[in-house]
Amino acid sequence: MADLGKNRIEGSYPLKGGDFSEAGAASKELRSQLAALGIPSETIRRAAISAFEAEINVIIHAVAGTLHFKVEGDRLIITVTDMGPGIEDIELAMQEGYTTAPDWAREFGWGSGMGLPNIKRNSDGLKIDSIIGEGTTLEIIINLKSNGKNDDIRAD
Amino acid sequence: MTIYELTKKLNLSVLNKGCLDSAIKGCYVSDMLSDVLANGKEGNLWVTRQTHPNIVAVAAIKGLAGIVVTGNKPVEAETLEKAESEDIPVMGTGIQTCEMAGMLYNLLLRHPEAGQP
Ligand SMILES: Nc1ncnc2c1ncn2[C@@H]1O[C@H](COP(=O)(O)OP(=O)(O)O)[C@@H](O)[C@H]1O
Ligand SMILES: [Mg+2]
Repeated sequence: MADLGKNRIEGSYPLKGGDFSEAGAASKELRSQLAALGIPSETIRRAAISAFEAEINVIIHAVAGTLHFKVEGDRLIITVTDMGPGIEDIELAMQEGYTTAPDWAREFGWGSGMGLPNIKRNSDGLKIDSIIGEGTTLEIIINLKSNGKNDDIRAD
Repeated sequence: MTIYELTKKLNLSVLNKGCLDSAIKGCYVSDMLSDVLANGKEGNLWVTRQTHPNIVAVAAIKGLAGIVVTGNKPVEAETLEKAESEDIPVMGTGIQTCEMAGMLYNLLLRHPEAGQP
């Protein structure tokens, strides 16, 4: 694998509520930057799924937001901030199948209530901060040096 | 079996330019995109009624072999263009999802040897 410390990867993407046209742009760029670093494809997949589901949540549930990603040491940090209604009960939102997605999102095949559980399953760390009536911030961590999810990072 | 061989066997119309040489490894049937992100497998053929551009991002992220849209549902031009840029073949058929799933089960899972050239 490439020396991660010498390769700064970073990106910032605006997201607009109700607008699917740019959905996936951030996760696509993330995939290609990680591939250029020689990151294993399974790790790239976990990162892309997490980023994409987070993008979609802003588009479906919020007014506007930003997805930002960067590599720090051996970790990829994806931060998704939005202005939106916030999440009242985070524990409930994390349950598979729980959804408040509107009909228009369901018509697009979203709103199965699997987005946050997908992010949780594919990441090595997930922190959700939310203020009702203001917005939500997700911090998603992916260990780039592990072989699979939640593997310990061994000291070299 | 490759995508190309499958299109011949099941008379699927290829709607865009995509890689027809890739080998299909099983299939997944779903209209919920998070479900495919969770449970689709690399090399799967995806059978769906969804046609908007987000399906391309899902297929690209999961490394799916291709997308089959059933029941003669028209596919947006933007979806086909995006899929072409990702080298993902999108195919159409007049056959409904249930019958398509049955045919794919027979070809890909029950009698995979029948698909060998
Ligand atoms: N960024 C967000 N802003 C407000 N609510 C959110 C946000 N993300 C998720 N939620 C809430 O959590 C629920 C579950 O989210 P998720 O698991 O992604 O499923 P889905 O998006 O399919 O509903 C959503 O239906 C919504 O009520
Ligand atoms: Mg969601």
